Amino acid sequence: MGDPIVISGLSHWFGAGEARKQALFDIDLRVARGSLTVLMGPSGSGKTTLLTLIGCLRDVQAGSVRLLGTELHGLAPPAQVRMRRRLGFIFQGHNLHEALSARQNVRMALGVQGRGDPRAQDRAAEHMLGLLGLAERVAYLPANLSGGQKQRVAIARALVANPEVVLADEPTAALDLDSGLNMVRLLRRLGRARGTTSVMVTHDPRILDLADRILTLEDGRLVGDRPGKGAEI
Amino acid sequence: MTRLLAALFGRLPIGWLQLGHNRMRMAAAVVGVAFANVLVMMQLGILGAIGGTVDRSYAPVRADILVSASDASTLSDGSPVARALMYRALAVPGVAGAAPLYVGRADWTRPDGTTAVLHVYGLLPEAAGFAGPAAAAGLPLLTRADTVLLDRRIRSVRPGSLPNFDARAPLEFELQGLRLSAVGSFEVGGGITADGALIASDQTFLRLFPRRIAGAPSHLLIDIAPGVDPAAVAAQVAAVLGRGLQLRPMAEAMAADRHYQITQRPVGVVFGFGVFIGLLVGLVIVYQVLSTDVADHLREYATFKAMGYPPRFFLSVIFEEALVLAVAGFVPGMALATLLYQILERASGLPVVMTPERPVLVFLGTVLACTISGALATRRLAAADPADLY
Repeated sequence: MGDPIVISGLSHWFGAGEARKQALFDIDLRVARGSLTVLMGPSGSGKTTLLTLIGCLRDVQAGSVRLLGTELHGLAPPAQVRMRRRLGFIFQGHNLHEALSARQNVRMALGVQGRGDPRAQDRAAEHMLGLLGLAERVAYLPANLSGGQKQRVAIARALVANPEVVLADEPTAALDLDSGLNMVRLLRRLGRARGTTSVMVTHDPRILDLADRILTLEDGRLVGDRPGKGAEI
Repeated sequence: MTRLLAALFGRLPIGWLQLGHNRMRMAAAVVGVAFANVLVMMQLGILGAIGGTVDRSYAPVRADILVSASDASTLSDGSPVARALMYRALAVPGVAGAAPLYVGRADWTRPDGTTAVLHVYGLLPEAAGFAGPAAAAGLPLLTRADTVLLDRRIRSVRPGSLPNFDARAPLEFELQGLRLSAVGSFEVGGGITADGALIASDQTFLRLFPRRIAGAPSHLLIDIAPGVDPAAVAAQVAAVLGRGLQLRPMAEAMAADRHYQITQRPVGVVFGFGVFIGLLVGLVIVYQVLSTDVADHLREYATFKAMGYPPRFFLSVIFEEALVLAVAGFVPGMALATLLYQILERASGLPVVMTPERPVLVFLGTVLACTISGALATRRLAAADPADLY
């Protein structure tokens, strides 16, 4: 089985006419199955754009992105929607639904897959929340959770359906040291056990020690690609 | 409720949970939908009452066929019909009987100064077969001049304020300058154009309305003999009577009158327009609530989009909200409207009644209006772009 993410000659622009601005320049990249890859770079370097292109959240304009064996360039919107169900997204903001409990928020990721009956979905959601230290908070609404707890619910939501690829943007920003490290260790465990591939945008130096690979983007160009210390673990 | 909706939609009832989370907004929406429901129910109730008063106006008479001038839309308007035509109709085989019907309107000023508008029906006393069930027994009493049958349910006449009266102890009163004796009674009640009714013989009617002539009644009443084809006889009668007339079964004439009152008369049009306005008010309120709700949850919807939920999922959430609001608003709206019907019926004397089909109709209208509002509100979903979440 090939690499889950294969990018070649990827360029991307924003705007039109004279305001058109290139955000990514001719990116070539392969990401290995089960690896934890960190994307680094200054603000505006194109990290998030790259993440959204890999995640089928934007249309590929030029070049190629093969995700889990499927070419995303020219992929029809319904097929993009189906592809996104195979991914896990962790956003910088938790984006939890305020009217749903922690368990119900996590269940939403299983509901879209149509997996299991509601009770089985509840059990799976509770299990994942338990892994993230929220076993006592499953019935809480987001308003009654701390910032870190909300972020952990969002992480549980991203991971509960066993995604093949996890795309995360500053997932540890709202977490304390232990929670942040636990979360990344969980991603590493999933990578080892299930082959889950993770790509993470972060500036958190604590995470770098656990990454298998560290990529650096500057001004839309891939300028650094080195192994992380995680690769040695 | 959550379980019921979960079973109904086969997923977490996000719309219901979302509405329930913001209780003030939900309460405002439910009150708005209930208000629109009451508005529509009241308009329909009054439209129904107009139809009911039409039925009331036909209650003093009966016939198989009503012959009217072609310009007569109701019992009390239109040109008169030549009485001579009645004899032509009687000559048609299969016609069992015929009688003239005179209809007029008179103001009855009572000794206490109150005035009631009365529909006055002039019938042949010997043609009791053409009187409605409530008046048939009293019609033969009208052979003596200036005797009448008086409505017991005249609006503006307090129940009990009229003394008991009958043939042995008639009620004497004055109408159109003529001294009358009420020798019997019947019950019709008020309508849109009159407060009650009065039945007189044709001769007494002509004394009450001196400008009317015996040879030009308002309508002709015809009965068909049993065992013959009414349609065939009616066609023969129509051919004999000639042009410029309407020959209709009584039920058809009543239906046409109801239709005329509701669609042609200003009062019917006004209340019909009120139904439309009520639906519009409900639609605007629900649209406002749902579109605000969508705007407030764009980030969550964008997250669900990123997770792979298809567009139909978001539509179903909005429609779920619309359905919840329709049901939650309908129940109190229906209860309040039923109460207001009773108050209005008591106050106006009009037959404002809740028919069995009206709640079903209004509920379906409410669901439709809420669904249209939901469909309009979903346009804002396009703004939920998952790429903006990063």
